[in-house]
Amino acid sequence: MMRAFLTSAARNWPVSLGAILLLVILFMALTAGIFFPEGPYVSVGRPLQWPGDLAGAPMGTDALGRNMAAGIFYGARISLLVGFASVAVALIFGIVVGAYAGYYGGWIDNLLMRATELFQTIPQFMLAIVVVAIFGPTIKVIVFALAVVSWPAIARLVRGEFMVIRERAYIQGCIVLGMKDTRIIFTQILPNALSGVMVMSTVLVATAILMESALSFLGFGDPNVITWGSMIGSGRNNMRDAWYIITIPGLCLLITALALNLVGNGLTDLMNPRLRKRKVK
Amino acid sequence: MSMTPLLHVKDLHCSFKVSSGMIHPVRGVSFDLHRGETLALVGESGCGKTTLARCILGLQKATSGSIQLEGNEMAGLDRMQLRKFRPRVQCVFQDPFSSLNPRKRVEVLLREPLDVHHVGPKEERLRAVHEMMEKVGLPSEWGRRFPHEFSGGQRQRIGIARALMLRPDLLICDEPVSALDVSVQAQIINLLDELQRDLGVSYLFISHDLTLVETFADRVAMMFKGEIVESGPAREVWRNPQSDFTRRMIDAIPVPDVTRAAPPAFRPDAAPQDKTMTES
Repeated sequence: MMRAFLTSAARNWPVSLGAILLLVILFMALTAGIFFPEGPYVSVGRPLQWPGDLAGAPMGTDALGRNMAAGIFYGARISLLVGFASVAVALIFGIVVGAYAGYYGGWIDNLLMRATELFQTIPQFMLAIVVVAIFGPTIKVIVFALAVVSWPAIARLVRGEFMVIRERAYIQGCIVLGMKDTRIIFTQILPNALSGVMVMSTVLVATAILMESALSFLGFGDPNVITWGSMIGSGRNNMRDAWYIITIPGLCLLITALALNLVGNGLTDLMNPRLRKRKVK
Repeated sequence: MSMTPLLHVKDLHCSFKVSSGMIHPVRGVSFDLHRGETLALVGESGCGKTTLARCILGLQKATSGSIQLEGNEMAGLDRMQLRKFRPRVQCVFQDPFSSLNPRKRVEVLLREPLDVHHVGPKEERLRAVHEMMEKVGLPSEWGRRFPHEFSGGQRQRIGIARALMLRPDLLICDEPVSALDVSVQAQIINLLDELQRDLGVSYLFISHDLTLVETFADRVAMMFKGEIVESGPAREVWRNPQSDFTRRMIDAIPVPDVTRAAPPAFRPDAAPQDKTMTES
Protein backbone atom coordinates (compact mmCIF):
# COMPACT_ATOMS: atom_id res chain seq x y z
CA MET A 1 0.00 0.00 0.00
CA MET A 2 2.66 2.45 1.14
CA ARG A 3 4.98 1.10 -1.55
CA ALA A 4 2.37 1.52 -4.26
CA PHE A 5 1.78 5.07 -3.11
CA LEU A 6 5.48 5.86 -3.20
CA THR A 7 5.92 4.36 -6.68
CA SER A 8 3.06 6.35 -8.12
CA ALA A 9 4.35 9.47 -6.38
CA ALA A 10 7.79 8.87 -7.86
CA ARG A 11 6.34 8.36 -11.32
CA ASN A 12 4.48 11.68 -11.11
CA TRP A 13 7.38 13.49 -9.51
CA PRO A 14 6.50 16.96 -10.89
CA VAL A 15 3.06 16.75 -9.27
CA SER A 16 4.52 15.44 -6.03
CA LEU A 17 7.08 18.20 -5.98
CA GLY A 18 4.40 20.82 -6.58
CA ALA A 19 2.20 19.36 -3.87
CA ILE A 20 5.08 19.23 -1.37
CA LEU A 21 6.05 22.84 -2.09
CA LEU A 22 2.44 23.96 -1.68
CA LEU A 23 2.19 22.07 1.61
CA VAL A 24 5.37 23.77 2.85
CA ILE A 25 3.92 27.18 2.02
CA LEU A 26 0.64 26.23 3.63
CA PHE A 27 2.58 25.05 6.70
CA MET A 28 4.33 28.43 6.85
CA ALA A 29 1.01 30.24 6.64
CA LEU A 30 -0.56 28.14 9.39
CA THR A 31 2.38 28.22 11.81
CA ALA A 32 3.30 31.91 11.46
CA GLY A 33 1.63 32.69 14.78
CA ILE A 34 3.43 29.83 16.57
CA PHE A 35 6.95 30.56 15.36
CA PHE A 36 6.61 34.33 15.46
CA PRO A 37 4.02 35.16 18.13
CA GLU A 38 5.28 38.75 18.28
CA GLY A 39 4.17 39.37 14.68
CA PRO A 40 6.11 40.54 11.65
CA TYR A 41 6.35 44.23 12.58
CA VAL A 42 8.54 44.26 15.69
CA SER A 43 12.19 45.09 15.43
CA VAL A 44 14.33 42.13 16.45
CA GLY A 45 17.81 43.57 15.98
CA ARG A 46 19.95 45.96 13.99
CA PRO A 47 18.70 46.69 10.47
CA LEU A 48 20.11 44.98 7.37
CA GLN A 49 21.52 41.92 9.09
CA TRP A 50 22.38 39.36 6.42
CA PRO A 51 20.84 35.91 6.61
CA GLY A 52 22.70 33.86 9.21
CA ASP A 53 24.20 36.86 11.00
CA LEU A 54 21.58 37.00 13.72
CA ALA A 55 20.26 34.05 15.65
CA GLY A 56 16.44 34.02 15.53
CA ALA A 57 16.37 35.80 12.17
CA PRO A 58 17.56 33.11 9.72
CA MET A 59 16.60 35.24 6.73
CA GLY A 60 18.16 38.42 8.11
CA THR A 61 16.47 41.69 8.97
CA ASP A 62 15.11 44.42 6.74
CA ALA A 63 15.89 48.16 6.71
CA LEU A 64 13.86 48.64 9.92
CA GLY A 65 15.40 45.70 11.76
CA ARG A 66 12.28 43.52 11.33
CA ASN A 67 12.58 39.77 11.10
CA MET A 68 12.48 38.76 7.40
CA ALA A 69 11.47 35.19 8.28
CA ALA A 70 8.41 36.44 10.16
CA GLY A 71 7.45 38.55 7.14
CA ILE A 72 7.77 35.56 4.83
CA PHE A 73 5.62 33.39 7.10
CA TYR A 74 2.92 36.00 7.60
CA GLY A 75 3.10 36.98 3.94
CA ALA A 76 2.36 33.39 2.92
CA ARG A 77 -0.99 33.75 4.67
CA ILE A 78 -1.99 36.73 2.59
CA SER A 79 -0.70 35.31 -0.66
CA LEU A 80 -2.56 32.02 -0.31
CA LEU A 81 -5.70 33.66 1.04
CA VAL A 82 -5.91 36.24 -1.72
CA GLY A 83 -4.95 33.76 -4.44
CA PHE A 84 -7.45 31.06 -3.57
CA ALA A 85 -10.30 33.32 -2.42
CA SER A 86 -10.22 35.48 -5.53
CA VAL A 87 -10.15 32.48 -7.85
CA ALA A 88 -12.97 30.83 -5.89
CA VAL A 89 -15.15 33.90 -6.43
CA ALA A 90 -14.09 34.08 -10.08
CA LEU A 91 -14.90 30.38 -10.54
CA ILE A 92 -18.45 30.74 -9.25
CA PHE A 93 -19.14 33.70 -11.49
CA GLY A 94 -17.23 32.43 -14.53
CA ILE A 95 -18.77 28.96 -14.42
CA VAL A 96 -22.32 30.26 -14.15
CA VAL A 97 -21.88 32.77 -16.98
CA GLY A 98 -20.00 30.34 -19.21
CA ALA A 99 -22.37 27.44 -18.54
CA TYR A 100 -25.54 29.33 -19.40
CA ALA A 101 -23.96 31.00 -22.44
CA GLY A 102 -22.62 27.71 -23.80
CA TYR A 103 -25.69 25.63 -23.01
CA TYR A 104 -28.38 27.93 -24.34
CA GLY A 105 -26.50 29.67 -27.15
CA GLY A 106 -28.44 32.24 -29.16
CA TRP A 107 -29.15 35.65 -27.66
CA ILE A 108 -28.26 34.56 -24.12
CA ASP A 109 -24.82 33.55 -25.36
CA ASN A 110 -24.48 36.80 -27.28
CA LEU A 111 -25.42 38.94 -24.32
CA LEU A 112 -23.20 37.14 -21.81
CA MET A 113 -20.22 36.93 -24.13
CA ARG A 114 -20.35 40.62 -25.11
CA ALA A 115 -20.33 41.45 -21.39
CA THR A 116 -17.38 39.11 -20.89
CA GLU A 117 -15.48 40.66 -23.77
CA LEU A 118 -16.08 44.09 -22.29
CA PHE A 119 -14.06 42.98 -19.25
CA GLN A 120 -11.41 41.35 -21.39
CA THR A 121 -10.72 44.48 -23.41
CA ILE A 122 -9.62 46.37 -20.29
CA PRO A 123 -6.02 45.57 -19.27
CA GLN A 124 -6.31 43.29 -16.25
CA PHE A 125 -3.84 44.98 -13.98
CA MET A 126 -5.21 48.46 -14.70
CA LEU A 127 -8.70 47.26 -13.90
CA ALA A 128 -7.53 45.77 -10.61
CA ILE A 129 -5.79 49.04 -9.66
CA VAL A 130 -8.91 51.04 -10.52
CA VAL A 131 -11.14 48.78 -8.42
CA VAL A 132 -8.75 49.03 -5.45
CA ALA A 133 -8.42 52.80 -5.92
CA ILE A 134 -12.19 53.22 -5.87
CA PHE A 135 -13.12 50.91 -2.99
CA GLY A 136 -10.01 51.31 -0.85
CA PRO A 137 -7.08 48.98 -0.14
CA THR A 138 -8.46 46.21 2.07
CA ILE A 139 -8.01 42.46 1.66
CA LYS A 140 -11.69 42.01 0.74
CA VAL A 141 -11.49 44.62 -2.00
CA ILE A 142 -8.27 43.11 -3.37
CA VAL A 143 -9.89 39.66 -3.51
CA PHE A 144 -12.87 41.18 -5.29
CA ALA A 145 -10.66 43.13 -7.70
CA LEU A 146 -8.66 40.05 -8.65
CA ALA A 147 -11.87 38.04 -9.09
CA VAL A 148 -13.21 40.73 -11.42
CA VAL A 149 -10.17 40.41 -13.66
CA SER A 150 -10.00 36.58 -13.52
CA TRP A 151 -13.54 35.46 -14.29
CA PRO A 152 -13.73 36.28 -18.03
CA ALA A 153 -11.08 33.68 -18.89
CA ILE A 154 -12.98 31.03 -16.93
CA ALA A 155 -16.29 31.99 -18.52
CA ARG A 156 -14.86 31.65 -22.03
CA LEU A 157 -13.29 28.28 -21.32
CA VAL A 158 -16.45 26.90 -19.69
CA ARG A 159 -18.59 28.19 -22.56
CA GLY A 160 -16.42 26.40 -25.10
CA GLU A 161 -16.56 23.13 -23.19
CA PHE A 162 -20.32 23.39 -22.79
CA MET A 163 -20.87 24.03 -26.49
CA VAL A 164 -19.02 20.82 -27.32
CA ILE A 165 -20.46 18.59 -24.60
CA ARG A 166 -24.04 19.83 -25.13
CA GLU A 167 -24.09 18.05 -28.49
CA ARG A 168 -23.00 14.65 -27.14
CA ALA A 169 -25.56 11.87 -27.30
CA TYR A 170 -25.68 11.41 -23.53
CA ILE A 171 -26.89 14.96 -23.08
CA GLN A 172 -29.58 14.40 -25.72
CA GLY A 173 -30.45 11.30 -23.72
CA CYS A 174 -30.89 13.38 -20.58
CA ILE A 175 -33.24 15.73 -22.44
CA VAL A 176 -35.27 12.73 -23.59
CA LEU A 177 -35.40 11.55 -19.97
CA GLY A 178 -37.04 14.86 -19.12
CA MET A 179 -34.19 16.17 -17.01
CA LYS A 180 -34.39 19.89 -16.25
CA ASP A 181 -31.83 22.27 -17.76
CA THR A 182 -30.28 23.29 -14.46
CA ARG A 183 -29.75 19.66 -13.54
CA ILE A 184 -28.23 18.86 -16.93
CA ILE A 185 -25.92 21.86 -16.67
CA PHE A 186 -24.64 21.16 -13.17
CA THR A 187 -24.76 17.38 -12.84
CA GLN A 188 -24.16 16.18 -16.39
CA ILE A 189 -22.11 18.71 -18.33
CA LEU A 190 -20.17 20.54 -15.61
CA PRO A 191 -18.32 17.48 -14.22
CA ASN A 192 -17.15 16.73 -17.75
CA ALA A 193 -16.09 20.32 -18.32
CA LEU A 194 -14.21 20.74 -15.05
CA SER A 195 -10.82 19.20 -15.81
CA GLY A 196 -9.80 22.05 -18.10
CA VAL A 197 -11.19 24.57 -15.64
CA MET A 198 -9.20 23.04 -12.78
CA VAL A 199 -5.94 23.36 -14.66
CA MET A 200 -6.74 26.90 -15.61
CA SER A 201 -7.69 27.87 -12.07
CA THR A 202 -4.39 26.70 -10.60
CA VAL A 203 -2.66 28.95 -13.12
CA LEU A 204 -5.10 31.71 -12.22
CA VAL A 205 -4.30 31.31 -8.51
CA ALA A 206 -0.64 31.77 -9.36
CA THR A 207 -1.46 34.82 -11.46
CA ALA A 208 -3.65 36.26 -8.70
CA ILE A 209 -0.86 35.82 -6.14
CA LEU A 210 1.57 37.58 -8.46
CA MET A 211 -0.92 40.38 -9.13
CA GLU A 212 -1.57 40.85 -5.42
CA SER A 213 2.19 41.19 -4.91
CA ALA A 214 2.39 43.67 -7.74
CA LEU A 215 -0.41 45.71 -6.17
CA SER A 216 1.37 45.62 -2.81
CA PHE A 217 4.65 46.53 -4.44
CA LEU A 218 3.04 49.62 -5.95
CA GLY A 219 1.49 50.53 -2.62
CA PHE A 220 -2.07 49.49 -3.49
CA GLY A 221 -2.01 46.64 -1.02
CA ASP A 222 -3.70 46.49 2.35
CA PRO A 223 -1.38 48.57 4.58
CA ASN A 224 -2.42 46.61 7.69
CA VAL A 225 -0.88 43.32 6.57
CA ILE A 226 2.57 42.33 5.43
CA THR A 227 2.83 40.61 2.07
CA TRP A 228 5.65 39.34 -0.08
CA GLY A 229 4.92 42.11 -2.55
CA SER A 230 5.13 44.85 0.08
CA MET A 231 8.41 43.35 1.36
CA ILE A 232 9.86 43.61 -2.13
CA GLY A 233 8.47 47.12 -2.43
CA SER A 234 10.07 48.34 0.80
CA GLY A 235 13.32 46.52 0.07
CA ARG A 236 13.95 48.06 -3.31
CA ASN A 237 15.89 51.04 -1.83
CA ASN A 238 18.49 48.61 -0.50
CA MET A 239 18.63 46.59 -3.67
CA ARG A 240 22.38 47.03 -4.17
CA ASP A 241 23.75 46.52 -0.66
CA ALA A 242 21.11 44.11 0.74
CA TRP A 243 19.70 42.27 -2.25
CA TYR A 244 18.44 39.40 -0.07
CA ILE A 245 15.54 41.61 1.06
CA ILE A 246 13.93 41.50 -2.38
CA THR A 247 15.34 38.13 -3.40
CA ILE A 248 13.82 36.02 -0.61
CA PRO A 249 10.17 37.08 -1.07
CA GLY A 250 10.74 37.00 -4.83
CA LEU A 251 11.89 33.39 -4.61
CA CYS A 252 8.85 32.59 -2.48
CA LEU A 253 6.59 33.98 -5.21
CA LEU A 254 8.45 32.03 -7.87
CA ILE A 255 8.20 28.77 -5.90
CA THR A 256 4.50 29.26 -5.18
CA ALA A 257 3.65 29.98 -8.81
CA LEU A 258 5.74 27.03 -9.96
CA ALA A 259 4.15 24.67 -7.43
CA LEU A 260 0.65 25.69 -8.52
CA ASN A 261 1.47 25.05 -12.16
CA LEU A 262 2.93 21.63 -11.40
CA VAL A 263 -0.14 20.65 -9.40
CA GLY A 264 -2.42 21.96 -12.13
CA ASN A 265 -0.87 19.67 -14.69
CA GLY A 266 -1.23 16.71 -12.36
CA LEU A 267 -4.89 17.49 -11.71
CA THR A 268 -5.80 17.03 -15.36
CA ASP A 269 -4.75 13.41 -15.29
CA LEU A 270 -6.24 12.75 -11.90
CA MET A 271 -9.65 14.09 -12.82
CA ASN A 272 -10.00 11.89 -15.86
CA PRO A 273 -11.60 8.59 -14.80
CA ARG A 274 -10.19 7.01 -17.94
CA LEU A 275 -6.68 7.54 -16.63
CA ARG A 276 -7.52 7.02 -12.98
CA LYS A 277 -5.65 3.95 -11.87
CA ARG A 278 -8.07 1.22 -10.89
CA LYS A 279 -7.37 -2.12 -9.40
CA VAL A 280 -8.22 -4.88 -11.85
CA LYS A 281 -10.01 -7.79 -10.25
CA MET B 1 -58.03 -1.79 -36.56
CA SER B 2 -60.32 0.62 -34.74
CA MET B 3 -58.11 0.84 -31.63
CA THR B 4 -56.22 4.10 -31.10
CA PRO B 5 -52.65 3.42 -32.17
CA LEU B 6 -49.92 3.95 -29.60
CA LEU B 7 -48.15 6.36 -31.91
CA HIS B 8 -49.91 8.15 -34.71
CA VAL B 9 -47.83 10.32 -37.00
CA LYS B 10 -49.63 12.28 -39.67
CA ASP B 11 -48.24 14.39 -42.48
CA LEU B 12 -45.14 15.31 -40.49
CA HIS B 13 -42.82 17.88 -42.04
CA CYS B 14 -39.56 19.06 -40.62
CA SER B 15 -37.20 21.61 -42.06
CA PHE B 16 -34.44 23.64 -40.50
CA LYS B 17 -31.56 25.91 -41.30
CA VAL B 18 -28.02 24.63 -41.61
CA SER B 19 -24.93 26.57 -42.60
CA SER B 20 -25.51 25.85 -46.30
CA GLY B 21 -29.18 26.92 -46.27
CA MET B 22 -32.57 25.38 -45.55
CA ILE B 23 -32.93 21.63 -45.63
CA HIS B 24 -36.16 19.67 -45.53
CA PRO B 25 -35.32 16.18 -44.32
CA VAL B 26 -38.84 15.00 -43.43
CA ARG B 27 -41.51 15.65 -46.08
CA GLY B 28 -44.97 14.51 -45.10
CA VAL B 29 -44.50 11.27 -43.20
CA SER B 30 -47.52 9.37 -41.85
CA PHE B 31 -47.64 6.05 -40.03
CA ASP B 32 -49.24 4.25 -37.10
CA LEU B 33 -47.53 2.10 -34.51
CA HIS B 34 -49.55 -0.22 -32.29
CA ARG B 35 -48.87 -1.55 -28.81
CA GLY B 36 -46.33 -4.33 -28.61
CA GLU B 37 -45.49 -3.94 -32.27
CA THR B 38 -42.14 -3.40 -33.94
CA LEU B 39 -42.06 -1.03 -36.86
CA ALA B 40 -38.80 -0.84 -38.73
CA LEU B 41 -38.01 2.38 -40.52
CA VAL B 42 -35.53 1.56 -43.24
CA GLY B 43 -33.74 3.94 -45.53
CA GLU B 44 -30.33 5.00 -46.73
CA SER B 45 -28.31 7.51 -44.76
CA GLY B 46 -29.56 11.07 -45.12
CA CYS B 47 -33.14 10.04 -45.92
CA GLY B 48 -34.49 11.76 -42.81
CA LYS B 49 -35.06 8.81 -40.54
CA THR B 50 -33.00 10.15 -37.68
CA THR B 51 -34.63 13.58 -37.99
CA LEU B 52 -37.99 11.86 -37.82
CA ALA B 53 -36.92 10.13 -34.61
CA ARG B 54 -35.65 13.42 -33.17
CA CYS B 55 -39.03 15.03 -33.94
CA ILE B 56 -40.91 12.29 -32.10
CA LEU B 57 -38.52 12.60 -29.15
CA GLY B 58 -38.97 16.36 -29.07
CA LEU B 59 -35.29 17.01 -29.76
CA GLN B 60 -36.23 18.74 -33.00
CA LYS B 61 -39.27 20.93 -33.61
CA ALA B 62 -41.56 19.59 -36.31
CA THR B 63 -42.49 22.25 -38.87
CA SER B 64 -46.01 20.94 -39.36
CA GLY B 65 -48.05 17.80 -38.92
CA SER B 66 -49.15 15.80 -35.96
CA ILE B 67 -47.51 13.33 -33.56
CA GLN B 68 -49.99 11.68 -31.22
CA LEU B 69 -49.27 9.32 -28.37
CA GLU B 70 -52.52 7.45 -27.74
CA GLY B 71 -54.46 10.42 -29.04
CA ASN B 72 -52.47 13.09 -27.12
CA GLU B 73 -50.83 15.63 -29.37
CA MET B 74 -47.07 15.95 -28.79
CA ALA B 75 -46.04 18.05 -31.79
CA GLY B 76 -45.50 21.72 -30.97
CA LEU B 77 -45.17 21.21 -27.23
CA ASP B 78 -42.21 22.79 -25.45
CA ARG B 79 -39.83 20.87 -23.22
CA MET B 80 -41.73 21.50 -20.01
CA GLN B 81 -45.01 20.37 -21.54
CA LEU B 82 -43.31 17.29 -22.98
CA ARG B 83 -42.10 16.19 -19.54
CA LYS B 84 -45.24 14.23 -18.77
CA PHE B 85 -44.81 12.18 -21.95
CA ARG B 86 -41.13 11.44 -21.30
CA PRO B 87 -41.53 8.29 -19.21
CA ARG B 88 -43.59 6.75 -22.01
CA VAL B 89 -41.27 7.43 -24.95
CA GLN B 90 -37.58 6.65 -24.60
CA CYS B 91 -34.72 6.06 -26.98
CA VAL B 92 -31.56 4.07 -27.59
CA PHE B 93 -28.80 5.81 -29.52
CA GLN B 94 -26.58 4.55 -32.27
CA ASP B 95 -23.17 5.17 -30.76
CA PRO B 96 -22.77 3.33 -27.46
CA PHE B 97 -19.55 5.24 -26.82
CA SER B 98 -21.02 8.74 -26.70
CA SER B 99 -24.45 7.91 -25.31
CA LEU B 100 -23.35 7.28 -21.71
CA ASN B 101 -21.94 9.99 -19.46
CA PRO B 102 -18.30 8.90 -18.92
CA ARG B 103 -18.19 10.20 -15.35
CA LYS B 104 -21.17 8.29 -13.98
CA ARG B 105 -21.11 4.77 -12.66
CA VAL B 106 -23.55 2.37 -14.30
CA GLU B 107 -25.71 2.30 -11.18
CA VAL B 108 -26.07 6.06 -11.26
CA LEU B 109 -26.77 6.11 -14.99
CA LEU B 110 -29.60 3.64 -14.52
CA ARG B 111 -30.98 5.31 -11.40
CA GLU B 112 -31.16 8.77 -12.95
CA PRO B 113 -34.39 8.15 -14.91
CA LEU B 114 -36.09 7.11 -11.66
CA ASP B 115 -34.66 10.11 -9.81
CA VAL B 116 -35.79 12.56 -12.48
CA HIS B 117 -39.37 11.32 -12.38
CA HIS B 118 -39.42 10.47 -8.65
CA VAL B 119 -40.37 6.85 -9.26
CA GLY B 120 -40.71 4.85 -6.07
CA PRO B 121 -38.95 5.41 -2.74
CA LYS B 122 -35.24 6.15 -2.93
CA GLU B 123 -34.13 2.94 -1.19
CA GLU B 124 -35.91 0.77 -3.72
CA ARG B 125 -34.48 2.48 -6.79
CA LEU B 126 -31.15 0.72 -6.52
CA ARG B 127 -32.90 -2.62 -6.33
CA ALA B 128 -34.83 -1.77 -9.50
CA VAL B 129 -31.51 -0.88 -11.13
CA HIS B 130 -30.01 -4.26 -10.25
CA GLU B 131 -33.10 -6.06 -11.50
CA MET B 132 -32.88 -4.26 -14.81
CA MET B 133 -29.16 -5.04 -15.11
CA GLU B 134 -29.91 -8.74 -14.76
CA LYS B 135 -32.72 -8.40 -17.29
CA VAL B 136 -30.40 -7.02 -19.95
CA GLY B 137 -27.77 -9.64 -19.16
CA LEU B 138 -25.29 -7.69 -17.04
CA PRO B 139 -24.26 -8.99 -13.60
CA SER B 140 -25.53 -6.52 -11.02
CA GLU B 141 -22.15 -6.35 -9.30
CA TRP B 142 -20.85 -4.47 -12.36
CA GLY B 143 -22.96 -1.51 -11.28
CA ARG B 144 -19.99 0.21 -9.65
CA ARG B 145 -18.07 0.36 -12.91
CA PHE B 146 -17.71 3.25 -15.32
CA PRO B 147 -18.91 3.05 -18.94
CA HIS B 148 -15.39 2.95 -20.36
CA GLU B 149 -14.81 -0.37 -18.64
CA PHE B 150 -17.35 -2.06 -20.91
CA SER B 151 -17.31 -3.25 -24.51
CA GLY B 152 -19.53 -1.74 -27.18
CA GLY B 153 -22.18 -4.44 -26.89
CA GLN B 154 -22.23 -4.22 -23.11
CA ARG B 155 -22.57 -0.45 -23.29
CA GLN B 156 -25.51 -0.83 -25.64
CA ARG B 157 -27.07 -3.13 -23.03
CA ILE B 158 -26.59 -0.35 -20.48
CA GLY B 159 -28.18 2.12 -22.92
CA ILE B 160 -31.17 -0.17 -23.39
CA ALA B 161 -31.48 -0.72 -19.63
CA ARG B 162 -31.41 3.03 -19.00
CA ALA B 163 -34.09 3.60 -21.62
CA LEU B 164 -36.30 0.90 -20.12
CA MET B 165 -35.98 1.99 -16.47
CA LEU B 166 -39.15 4.08 -16.72
CA ARG B 167 -41.03 1.20 -18.38
CA PRO B 168 -41.85 3.17 -21.53
CA ASP B 169 -44.57 2.14 -23.97
CA LEU B 170 -42.44 3.11 -26.93
CA LEU B 171 -38.73 2.70 -27.44
CA ILE B 172 -37.18 4.48 -30.37
CA CYS B 173 -34.02 2.66 -31.42
CA ASP B 174 -31.93 4.77 -33.75
CA GLU B 175 -29.61 2.28 -35.45
CA PRO B 176 -28.87 0.61 -32.12
CA VAL B 177 -26.62 -2.07 -33.57
CA SER B 178 -24.95 -0.48 -36.57
CA ALA B 179 -21.91 0.50 -34.51
CA LEU B 180 -21.43 -3.07 -33.25
CA ASP B 181 -19.78 -6.23 -34.54
CA VAL B 182 -22.03 -8.59 -36.45
CA SER B 183 -21.95 -11.27 -33.74
CA VAL B 184 -22.81 -8.72 -31.07
CA GLN B 185 -25.57 -7.29 -33.27
CA ALA B 186 -27.38 -10.61 -33.09
CA GLN B 187 -27.14 -10.67 -29.30
CA ILE B 188 -28.58 -7.18 -28.99
CA ILE B 189 -31.42 -7.97 -31.41
CA ASN B 190 -32.16 -11.09 -29.37
CA LEU B 191 -32.19 -9.05 -26.21
CA LEU B 192 -34.59 -6.50 -27.69
CA ASP B 193 -36.84 -9.33 -28.82
CA GLU B 194 -36.83 -10.91 -25.34
CA LEU B 195 -37.50 -7.60 -23.63
CA GLN B 196 -40.44 -6.95 -25.92
CA ARG B 197 -42.02 -10.25 -24.97
CA ASP B 198 -41.28 -9.57 -21.32
CA LEU B 199 -42.34 -5.92 -21.06
CA GLY B 200 -44.72 -5.45 -23.99
CA VAL B 201 -42.82 -2.40 -25.23
CA SER B 202 -43.25 -1.20 -28.83
CA TYR B 203 -40.23 -0.47 -30.97
CA LEU B 204 -39.69 2.08 -33.66
CA PHE B 205 -36.55 0.53 -35.04
CA ILE B 206 -34.51 2.70 -37.34
CA SER B 207 -32.04 0.94 -39.60
CA HIS B 208 -30.41 1.05 -42.97
CA ASP B 209 -30.13 -2.70 -43.05
CA LEU B 210 -33.12 -4.50 -44.55
CA THR B 211 -31.77 -7.99 -43.79
CA LEU B 212 -31.48 -7.12 -40.12
CA VAL B 213 -35.11 -6.12 -39.70
CA GLU B 214 -36.68 -8.73 -41.95
CA THR B 215 -37.43 -11.27 -39.22
CA PHE B 216 -37.25 -8.95 -36.26
CA ALA B 217 -39.82 -6.33 -37.30
CA ASP B 218 -43.57 -6.85 -37.64
CA ARG B 219 -43.86 -4.14 -40.22
CA VAL B 220 -41.39 -2.24 -42.35
CA ALA B 221 -41.66 1.29 -43.67
CA MET B 222 -39.23 2.20 -46.42
CA MET B 223 -38.12 5.80 -46.33
CA PHE B 224 -36.63 7.62 -49.29
CA LYS B 225 -35.78 11.32 -49.46
CA GLY B 226 -37.97 12.26 -46.53
CA GLU B 227 -41.02 10.27 -47.53
CA ILE B 228 -42.30 6.79 -46.79
CA VAL B 229 -42.41 5.11 -50.19
CA GLU B 230 -43.64 1.72 -49.12
CA SER B 231 -44.83 -0.02 -45.99
CA GLY B 232 -46.31 -3.31 -44.95
CA PRO B 233 -45.59 -6.55 -43.14
CA ALA B 234 -41.87 -7.20 -43.13
CA ARG B 235 -41.93 -10.41 -45.19
CA GLU B 236 -44.30 -8.97 -47.76
CA VAL B 237 -42.07 -5.99 -48.43
CA TRP B 238 -39.11 -8.31 -48.63
CA ARG B 239 -40.66 -10.84 -51.02
CA ASN B 240 -42.74 -8.56 -53.13
CA PRO B 241 -41.28 -5.05 -53.18
CA GLN B 242 -43.60 -2.49 -54.74
CA SER B 243 -41.35 0.52 -55.10
CA ASP B 244 -38.23 1.00 -57.17
CA PHE B 245 -36.34 2.10 -54.12
CA THR B 246 -37.09 -1.06 -52.14
CA ARG B 247 -36.15 -3.21 -55.10
CA ARG B 248 -32.86 -1.38 -55.40
CA MET B 249 -32.22 -1.77 -51.65
CA ILE B 250 -32.83 -5.52 -51.88
CA ASP B 251 -30.73 -5.84 -55.02
CA ALA B 252 -27.90 -4.04 -53.31
CA ILE B 253 -27.64 -6.66 -50.57
CA PRO B 254 -24.62 -8.86 -51.26
CA VAL B 255 -25.73 -12.47 -51.81
CA PRO B 256 -23.14 -15.00 -50.67
CA ASP B 257 -24.70 -18.00 -52.44
CA VAL B 258 -26.02 -17.38 -55.93
CA THR B 259 -27.89 -20.69 -56.14
CA ARG B 260 -30.33 -19.50 -53.50
CA ALA B 261 -33.29 -17.37 -54.42
CA ALA B 262 -32.90 -14.86 -51.61
CA PRO B 263 -30.14 -14.07 -49.14
CA PRO B 264 -30.36 -16.19 -45.99
CA ALA B 265 -32.74 -14.61 -43.56
CA PHE B 266 -31.35 -13.16 -40.40
CA ARG B 267 -32.62 -15.32 -37.57
CA PRO B 268 -32.17 -13.95 -34.05
CA ASP B 269 -32.63 -17.40 -32.54
CA ALA B 270 -29.73 -18.77 -34.57
CA ALA B 271 -27.32 -16.37 -32.92
CA PRO B 272 -25.05 -17.34 -30.03
CA GLN B 273 -27.00 -17.59 -26.81
CA ASP B 274 -24.28 -16.61 -24.39
CA LYS B 275 -25.27 -13.09 -23.58
CA THR B 276 -22.56 -11.66 -21.42
CA MET B 277 -19.28 -13.38 -21.71
CA THR B 278 -18.71 -13.55 -25.46
CA GLU B 279 -18.50 -9.79 -25.75
CA SER B 280 -16.00 -9.09 -23.05
